[in-house]
Amino acid sequence: MKLTVNGIQRDITRAQAEKRLIDYLREDLDLTGAKIGCEVGACGTCTVLVNDRPVKSCLKRVNEVADASILTIEGLAAQDGTLHPLQQAFIDAGAVQCGFCTPGMILVAHALLLSNPAPTRAEIRRAIHGNLCRCTGYQQIIDAVEMAASFYGKK
Amino acid sequence: MPDVKEKGWRNDAYAKVTGKAKYSDDLKFVNMLHAVPVYSDYVHAKLVQVHTAEAEASPGVVKVLTSRDVPGSNHFGQIIRDFRIFADDKIRYHGDVVAMVVAETRAQALQAAARVRIEAEPLPALLDAEEALRPDAILVHENHGSNIINTHHVRRGDIEKGFAVSELILERVYETQFIEHAYMEPEVSVCLPRPDGVMEVRGSMQHPFSTRRFVATCLGVPLAAVEVVGMPLGGGFGGKDDTAAIVCARTALAARLLNRPVKMAYSREWSIRESYKRHPYRVYYKMGLTRTGEIRAVQCKIIADGGAYCSVTPWVTWRSTVQCCGPYAVEHVHCDTWGVYTNNVVTGAMRGFGSPQMNFVIESIIEEAAAELGLPAIELRRRNMVRQGSVTITGQKLDNHTVSMEQVLDTVFQEIGYEKKLGCCSHGQGDGEELYGIGLAMSYRGVSLGAEGVDFCAAIINVQADGSVILDVGVHENGQGSETAMSLILAQELGIDLDVIHYKRSSTSTIPDSGTTVASRGTIMGGGAVALAARELKLKIAKLFAAELDCAPEEVRFVANQLIGKDEKKSLPFAEAIRRMFQMQQFPYALGVYRAPQVTWDEEIGQGNAYFTWVYGCQAVELTVNKTTGKVKLLNAVACHDVGKAINNTMLVGQFFGGMAMGTGYALHEDLNVVDGKISHGNLNRYHLPRALDLPEMKAVVVENYDAVSPTGAKSIGEPTNEIMAPAIANAIFHATGVRHYKLPIKITAQDSTKGGR
Repeated sequence: MKLTVNGIQRDITRAQAEKRLIDYLREDLDLTGAKIGCEVGACGTCTVLVNDRPVKSCLKRVNEVADASILTIEGLAAQDGTLHPLQQAFIDAGAVQCGFCTPGMILVAHALLLSNPAPTRAEIRRAIHGNLCRCTGYQQIIDAVEMAASFYGKK
Repeated sequence: MPDVKEKGWRNDAYAKVTGKAKYSDDLKFVNMLHAVPVYSDYVHAKLVQVHTAEAEASPGVVKVLTSRDVPGSNHFGQIIRDFRIFADDKIRYHGDVVAMVVAETRAQALQAAARVRIEAEPLPALLDAEEALRPDAILVHENHGSNIINTHHVRRGDIEKGFAVSELILERVYETQFIEHAYMEPEVSVCLPRPDGVMEVRGSMQHPFSTRRFVATCLGVPLAAVEVVGMPLGGGFGGKDDTAAIVCARTALAARLLNRPVKMAYSREWSIRESYKRHPYRVYYKMGLTRTGEIRAVQCKIIADGGAYCSVTPWVTWRSTVQCCGPYAVEHVHCDTWGVYTNNVVTGAMRGFGSPQMNFVIESIIEEAAAELGLPAIELRRRNMVRQGSVTITGQKLDNHTVSMEQVLDTVFQEIGYEKKLGCCSHGQGDGEELYGIGLAMSYRGVSLGAEGVDFCAAIINVQADGSVILDVGVHENGQGSETAMSLILAQELGIDLDVIHYKRSSTSTIPDSGTTVASRGTIMGGGAVALAARELKLKIAKLFAAELDCAPEEVRFVANQLIGKDEKKSLPFAEAIRRMFQMQQFPYALGVYRAPQVTWDEEIGQGNAYFTWVYGCQAVELTVNKTTGKVKLLNAVACHDVGKAINNTMLVGQFFGGMAMGTGYALHEDLNVVDGKISHGNLNRYHLPRALDLPEMKAVVVENYDAVSPTGAKSIGEPTNEIMAPAIANAIFHATGVRHYKLPIKITAQDSTKGGR
């Protein structure tokens, strides 16, 4: 089987296919932006996008996402390191503190804005409800998503 | 230059939003081994023997370690040396680690851990803090002689006289729960035995110097032979001191004995099982007032469940004692506080540190008293609150800073429209499904450690020949943005661009031991040290160049990357001055030390100048309670805190929101549900942390009364924001339902929400 991760096609070995997606990303590809926070799908720090939809990668085996396109936090900025407007908005809004939830938060927000480029604050709350943050009280995360929305609308 | 005033620049933000930030578990080293802890299922037992042979024979296992393998001391602690690196004589709580398996892979270590056999004789367990005080109680630590970890007292005035002149006396009992810090990153340590003989320790811990003491004691080596290197930390909230340090000590032990890099990454279950919690309190509170609303007397008995080991229970309960009357000046006070051992999970430092429990008590009972007296609760607060020059219940005169209690109360009162909305509260009556309430609470808080301990902090400014600057400070980045705050202070003081400043990630081998980044002391202590170092450096530079700027050294100003002489006639680029200093054999280098002003304390009577300055805060919340389900929905929350001076506004308000969110969880949701000494809610799918839909839109109002005691004028924010949300919510629930709650978390039954009314 194959998997596309951040635009690069990867051949999956039989052993890799049996791994949890989080372990494949972190161990085999050294994509450590997705974090391990609870391993039961409750915290969302392991969130990645599978075909543009948020998935908790601790709950999925690699073979469950065969042939899919995976986006991790490492794949969001431009090749030259220029931040995606959503990433910039997270900085500008003060949405980053300890940063452990940040990759997952940015990715669920990205998925939301791809499908709904003008969400209300209540819709943003609903979208990030599955991702825990202990530092920010979510207030500035929601601000950041609102700030970035105009970019998606223009696309 | 990064646009900081308006936007949230942080020195670590780029790495964190791109996934490039390497946290401890993201590290890999060649030849690295993996370690996992082994627990027993006992809560209290005599440990007879740990059988490791079968585990050691498992595939990939290199060694199974127990207390016998500790070359230094197996016992350590910051106050009482009762923590065990590995359980030895007894198992004292469900999170005690009996052994550790080290293997080539984590999977192999996990498999083998199940094969460690623990031989133990179960003992009856002590599970109630009040029972721990009885003379015939089971002893958790036999050598200690009793279960009393510590006592504290306040004796002020004449308590009997105080109640004799009181016309209303209220007596209430309050209880609070065990809660989890729930930092998003569980504990991790990676240790590298270096060829120079130094053990290099990295890990998810918030106190490098405390960690170094734990590691050095365990290994039996000098402090200088251990280097603890700071890593990006996925949250701490007070929770990554002792038990996180022990994770590092065990990992270092394996690295030392096996002479290979070792990683130990905790699962969430292990983290919750083993790490220390916020102390549950039982508080017996008696308040006497005159009919006109003067609080005449307070008598209270505070019993804190310290769990199986001391940790910092004496310090946590000391703050509770000093602040046992909240921000009210009371003439006659009699307070007795006990921290006790039980076989419950260990408790220790957590954001707020003994104040969230007491504020719940005080800010609840004051509203009950007001209702009994027929006075508005705000009025009762105003009559008794501390003001400029007030004397606290420990005899401290508040005259060295601006006492802004009334200012922050007024601000919140106006901002949320309290008076009008109070008139709209349901008090248990109403036609709709939802009952409406508004509530507020306020507090004052002693800044930094106070009489808990020695309080000073170092900063080193090391300017390089090209004018770039390395800044090293003795406080630790826990995620709150302390490195950014320190850099901002330096840029401001030296008048240089932020982007030439490079914050040196902390190492215990380069900066003097500056204590813990706790007690909301990071900005005041670390920032104070940075400011003093900068002032020393400026004077050093100015002395060399004042003559050519035609002025005295004291008259040289550092602005916009220039040294500017008197009357702005002459100037010299900062970088040029630095370059020439090296030619003059002068290092542009300074060590700044900020020593906290002296405090005093008489432990016998609980009197003294407990803290060198104080902060003031007030929070209000609006909510509805569903009549049928009892479900609480927060509608709005406003907080106002006096921070002295704002260093980084974006991060500052982030502290407000995060603290309010955590306080909401404390009030309504969070409970580890410890039953028979075992945590029932052992992972995040069972432990209810506040999520985005649980929280309202929040508003932060910053008050700045520059504090001359602080070299930067800045004080504290981390903990104050977290310590009054629970009583604000409890008061709002009372105004909605007419039912008063004495226990956290607040559970509202359908009956509660309809039986109120006045």
